[in-house]
Amino acid sequence: MSAEVKTQAPEMVSIEIDGQSIEAPKGASIIAVADEHGIDIPRFCYHSKLSAPANCRMCLVDVEMGGRPAPKPLPACITTVVDGMVVRTTSERALKAQRGVMEFLLINHPLDCPICDQGGECELQDLALGYGRSVSRFVERKRVVKDENLGPLIATEMTRCIHCTRCVRFLDEIAGTSELGAMFRGEHTEISTLVGNGVHSELSGNIIDLCPVGALTSRPYRFRARSWEMLSHPSIAPHDCLGSNIDLHQVRGHIKRVVPRDNEAVNECWISDRDRFSYEGVYSAERLLSPQIRENGEWHSVDWQTAIEAAANALKETVEKHGPGALGGLISPSATLEEMYLAARILRALGSDHIDTRLRRGDFRDGVNASGFPGLPVAVSALESLDAALIIGGYPRHEQPLINHRLRKAAFRGGQVMALNPRGFDWNIPLSDELVVNAAAMPAALARIAEAVAARKGVTLPADTSSWQAESVSAAEAEAVAERLLAADQGVILLGGLADAHPAGAELRYLAGVISSMLDLPCGELTNGSNAAGGWLAGAVPGRCADGAEVAGLDASAMLSEPRRGYLLLGIEPEHDLFDSAAAAKAFEQADQVIAIATHDSPMLREQADILLPMAALGETAGTFVNAEGLWQTFAGVAQPQGEARPAWRLLRVLANVLELDGFEYNAPDEIHHEIKAISHEATVANLAATQAVAPARIEGMLRVSYPAMFNVDPLSRHAASLQESEHAAPAVVVLNSSDAGELGVSDGDQVEITQAGVQRKRPVAIDDAVPAGSFWMDAGVSGSEALGALMGPASLAAAEVD
Amino acid sequence: MSSAEDQVHDGLSQAEQAEIDRWLERFPDDAMGRRSAIIPALHVVQHHHGGWLPQQCMDAVAEYLELAPARVYEVATFYGMFDVKPVGRHKVNICTNISCMLRGAEDIVEHVEKKLGISLGETTADGRITLKREEECLAACTGAPMMQVDEEYYTDLTPEKIDRILDELE
Repeated sequence: MSAEVKTQAPEMVSIEIDGQSIEAPKGASIIAVADEHGIDIPRFCYHSKLSAPANCRMCLVDVEMGGRPAPKPLPACITTVVDGMVVRTTSERALKAQRGVMEFLLINHPLDCPICDQGGECELQDLALGYGRSVSRFVERKRVVKDENLGPLIATEMTRCIHCTRCVRFLDEIAGTSELGAMFRGEHTEISTLVGNGVHSELSGNIIDLCPVGALTSRPYRFRARSWEMLSHPSIAPHDCLGSNIDLHQVRGHIKRVVPRDNEAVNECWISDRDRFSYEGVYSAERLLSPQIRENGEWHSVDWQTAIEAAANALKETVEKHGPGALGGLISPSATLEEMYLAARILRALGSDHIDTRLRRGDFRDGVNASGFPGLPVAVSALESLDAALIIGGYPRHEQPLINHRLRKAAFRGGQVMALNPRGFDWNIPLSDELVVNAAAMPAALARIAEAVAARKGVTLPADTSSWQAESVSAAEAEAVAERLLAADQGVILLGGLADAHPAGAELRYLAGVISSMLDLPCGELTNGSNAAGGWLAGAVPGRCADGAEVAGLDASAMLSEPRRGYLLLGIEPEHDLFDSAAAAKAFEQADQVIAIATHDSPMLREQADILLPMAALGETAGTFVNAEGLWQTFAGVAQPQGEARPAWRLLRVLANVLELDGFEYNAPDEIHHEIKAISHEATVANLAATQAVAPARIEGMLRVSYPAMFNVDPLSRHAASLQESEHAAPAVVVLNSSDAGELGVSDGDQVEITQAGVQRKRPVAIDDAVPAGSFWMDAGVSGSEALGALMGPASLAAAEVD
Repeated sequence: MSSAEDQVHDGLSQAEQAEIDRWLERFPDDAMGRRSAIIPALHVVQHHHGGWLPQQCMDAVAEYLELAPARVYEVATFYGMFDVKPVGRHKVNICTNISCMLRGAEDIVEHVEKKLGISLGETTADGRITLKREEECLAACTGAPMMQVDEEYYTDLTPEKIDRILDELE
């Protein structure tokens, strides 16, 4: 499927391109070999990550074999190199062919580059300069193609399309959604969905980069800037644990767009739509623009000095009145390493060890794994050559879209990708086994797999799994998974977001660890947020300081169930970013002081915080994210912070100074970075086989099963206007099994009333048997899902009266 | 194709499925083979659906062949013998390629357009006849000028002969 040059042990051949002698792997295309040696052959349809259909004909070159020239120029993208081949890319015949192709392409392509959004960064424009005629020989009218609405992210101007079909092949081969096609024929050819369904892939924005002309452009960026007036700065995407490498394009401190930066080891040349379009959230009208203090129930904007002093006093007073343990810190798992470290150090210096970044975790019985940070036990790039992967409680297609892409590649190479989930998902990976059980039965399903592994391998189970008795998977299903894992040379077990948010998540981690230790397979987590590993390294988890010292502290759940008197919140909207927002609401209500450092205003912060401190968002601050694989990726602040927002590391440092704490004399975030690095002792990814043993918990009754929708994972993405227009960000719907719907007497579109943790909410119903009976699915992070109780946990449903 | 047979395909009748299965036997049993079966499958379905291919029919073919709908749409829109918009009860294709053109096809077209009161690519108001825009040679040059009405060829056309043929169409 891919036209990549590299094979395992390539046989080399000697060829000559433009007089240069080259050793190249046999079977590689001329264009790939030329690219590797810096010889530029013009092209439109060829892309190294996609199949080569040879339909643009721009890469025609002169080829000679054994002294005999080929009768006509050949397309370099599908002509493979053989020993003794002589290629001339700029011979008179090659140039004549290339110029001829260019003339044909320009017959119908508009010549109005100044009004085209692609102008200045257009492959057709660039090549037309080199190969085009200065005056067209055609006087005939150019064809006009009606534009199609592909959704809120991609703008179309299909008259400009030159039918290279890169977008079609990308959606087919990489995204796996096959939404576009080359419809009709000849001069009437149109790239289209034909039926108007739009493009919905989580990777759809990449077709904007792939389009060599201005036919597909970014809708949010369209006509906002010109490529030559923007400055490009390398940065790291802040939404998932892959940490895709991105470039921020800015004009006078204003981010205009985000594009991928090539890094084969991380995101290859792609980024997800979430990473590409979330920058719009930086300029949302809901950005918190000034420090604010609540006095007698009224909010007042104050200067920074007053705000920081108020925050310092609030912290001091709480400690003086109620003791240091009365403070708790809930820090976003997408905060930077430096922010996490400073927040943890401040709280610990004030005497409190209650700090956590695992805000969506549902089960803390296994504490903090001291063996390493949570993450991927294999390199990201190695995922694509796995021959078996078992995903437990995860849907990487939405959680980490480009990790999903690696797993998809593994599946197409013959790898067995398996999933155990509390609902069926719309996978674009051909799963070898998809086990869907009621969330409450997931630990039991893992127990059956563990037993099957032990039996097949003829070893004694290192744990007693008999206490997990819930009805889950059949013996045959468990055995099939066990067999594939046993047969794997390179296998891995991965726990995703739904395992993290699972009310018996500790059991899942424990049992996954048991299976991995029997098979000697690496086992890890695809973590929530962009910097969960950083949370562990920075000591922003209870039980572990950055230098590895073990201390006792309350976790994110205990901080709410045993309410503190003062809270420090960083980078979160509590109605969306916590496992149990209802519990948080109760706890915050009882607190004397809630200090929120936040990028965006949110109703719950307005209601329950006492001090709001605006912090810098994407591009406005410098810092480090540690990705799932343990890669420390730093980025600089390049954009002007909105309003009076300040980088959070800086305002935490000033807060520490005002509190007169020792050792906070940092001038730049890299000083903090080096300090953490020095005390991190080369920490590596945690070994889940070291997870503490836990017994089955009782989970009964109707279960709510939720995880944030793809574009609603953090404040930035939730405030990105175009992402929010997408169907992926639609308001919450209760998705129910038909048998449960029958019992409740509701059908599609009816309203049901959810009652969870004392909060009641009416939502429409959608019936889908992908959700097992006894549970209902609901997207979190979207409108209608806010401020409810546990992401995954008991909730009751009743048919709602029609208003 | 045993896995596909087990599924219920609302869009395709038993007869259509059986006919498509006969075609599938002639192609390799893999994705490329199933892709090769798109053209015969669309012929089968179009034949059973009044001479054109509603979206749900193309979707049903895609599902049956385990292909993305867009791959089927591409084929259906590429070939002139498939229609993705409603057509009349009869499809009249007058060849205007070189042999037929040299033997007076253009006059024939003009005559038919005048007789039916429609242009190429249109359907009569009573829904009886669609005059198709035929782009390619139908390989009956020995009988030029010629036309295809539904699934039959008529050669050595004259205005009188055409009148007789068209008038007989229900």
